[in-house]
Amino acid sequence: MTEANAERVLEGVAASSGLAIGPVMHPSAVATDRIAGGIDEEAAALQAALDQACEELFALMDSGDKLAAEILEFQTMLLEDEDLIGPVSLRISGGEAADRAWRAVLDAEIADYVRSEDEYLSARASDLADLRDRVLCAMAGVSIEIKDTPEAAILVADDLTPSAFLGFDWSRLGGVALFGCSPTSHVAILARARGVPMVVGMRGGPELTAAGETAALDGDNGVLTVAPSRETLAAHRLRIGAAAEQDAAAAKRALQPAVTASGRAVLVMVNIDDPSILDSLSPEICDGVGLTRTEFLFRDGDTPDEARQFDIYTRIVRWAEGRPVTIRTLDAGGDKPIPGVTVDGESNPFLGVRGLRLSLIRPELFRVQLRALCRAAALGSLKVMVPMVTTPHELAAAAAHLDAVVAELATEGVEHARPALGIMVETPAAALTAADWEADFYSIGSNDLIQYVTAAGRDNPEVASLADPRNPAVLELIRRTIEAGRSRGVEVSLCGDMASAPDLVPVLLDLGLETFSVAPAQVGRVKFAIGESG
Amino acid sequence: MTDAAPNIAWVTGAAVIRDETGLHARPAVKVTKLARRFSSAVEIRGEGQERWVNAKSPNAVMKLRAAHEARLEIRAAGADAGAVVAALIALVDRNFDD
Repeated sequence: MTEANAERVLEGVAASSGLAIGPVMHPSAVATDRIAGGIDEEAAALQAALDQACEELFALMDSGDKLAAEILEFQTMLLEDEDLIGPVSLRISGGEAADRAWRAVLDAEIADYVRSEDEYLSARASDLADLRDRVLCAMAGVSIEIKDTPEAAILVADDLTPSAFLGFDWSRLGGVALFGCSPTSHVAILARARGVPMVVGMRGGPELTAAGETAALDGDNGVLTVAPSRETLAAHRLRIGAAAEQDAAAAKRALQPAVTASGRAVLVMVNIDDPSILDSLSPEICDGVGLTRTEFLFRDGDTPDEARQFDIYTRIVRWAEGRPVTIRTLDAGGDKPIPGVTVDGESNPFLGVRGLRLSLIRPELFRVQLRALCRAAALGSLKVMVPMVTTPHELAAAAAHLDAVVAELATEGVEHARPALGIMVETPAAALTAADWEADFYSIGSNDLIQYVTAAGRDNPEVASLADPRNPAVLELIRRTIEAGRSRGVEVSLCGDMASAPDLVPVLLDLGLETFSVAPAQVGRVKFAIGESG
Repeated sequence: MTDAAPNIAWVTGAAVIRDETGLHARPAVKVTKLARRFSSAVEIRGEGQERWVNAKSPNAVMKLRAAHEARLEIRAAGADAGAVVAALIALVDRNFDD
């Protein structure tokens, strides 16, 4: 970095709104690019790296103070932890390179620590990240310098996995700028839910920036300005000041009930993508959880057992303090493949085995999820919704599994309740026939509905403008679904990105929508928009 | 999780955690170090938890999040099962030698 560095504007796509100024940071620069040798060779490479890391840590323990030594001792114990190393060896036996196998297992563990509700435990995630990098460095034959993440740093990278995203402390960092990735990716959903500014799809690569260089991130317009001029910085600071005032007002508004200008009460729920967000969220801001995604459970190739799922669902129900919680069964497939779970090699995954279709051909997975849901339903107001349905017999098949699970739990004498069972309305077929379904509630999944109605994907810039939420055909299907719910006397909510967009609030209120389920960071803004409309 | 066959004869015990921050890194290291000195399979769980975890895995012990004032349940199976359960109860009772 030199002072001669001129301002460079890197244009991308806005993925999560917000502004930041801070030093550029390139995350975990350690590459995982080994070409897998034989299984013995990879196993030996792992062992050699673990041994080397252990030696390095002992050397550090001798030179450091007592507290540092205790933290380092914990790391050395982890290097001999059979429960931790076992899964790595298993992946290596499956033909994976040692570095990838190690990273996959550690990334999953780190995400687990971050996700826990225990502040102390989530703070230990950085110990695991250090250990992960130390062993990777040993494998790659490069020396590790402990990288401190500078305050307000802007993370610049090609791409970022959801686990890696969750491994950072976002209360300290400024935002993310990625060269790959799309606004519909899961990491973008995570960023929006947490209000972390994010730009994606920039041209080029991280080498266009130098670590430590100052950058101004504009998540509203999708621009990263590297080495900004004095004028650019001043203008950016002004906007940050104004946005901070708006954020403060929105945070206050979020705690009040949503009422339209004409006095009609509207329910505003939140979407939960990963339980780690609950730590920083007060249930007081919402009328419940309108959508809990459960794909996070299966991230990193994990197949969570009933006990683990039960613990997590219980945690969400307890967090909600009596407010209703809707949990969606696994919605994998389409743009959300899960290795070992979803069907590979489909010519058109968006029209293939996804959502409930997958659950129905993998009943062993579905039943475990339903058992955990029924047990958690005994502890509070829990509802279950099934995604990607086209005809009522699919719901009937899901209900039959639910009945079987309820009977099973009753026989075993396990405490449980039969949750309400509703559907996601995200295919035109479901929207047009909504009144014919025996659903206990409807939740409109506008993201997929828009794509299926307009035959245009939002992740393809060439056609993204056609995937328009205001397309009259889309609005008509939403209107019909709301009407069907009203005639059957069941609740209709909308949980897609449309509900989180303040400028679409008046449109949805006009269509008769009474329940919005939005990204947690958008609650205040949506409530403002409701207050200014009809 | 190390759910063992149901016919294993477990030696069981329990002790209350007095450390104010619960079973955090330092106590977790002490528990695993002690458990590894014995050949028996050793598992622990916090009060009200369903899953037993391997007491020789510092990672698993940390993730238990066993809290202050919680009862730590211990079970072991093997030649020195009784000794390891007694040793772990003593360690918890001594508040992890802090």
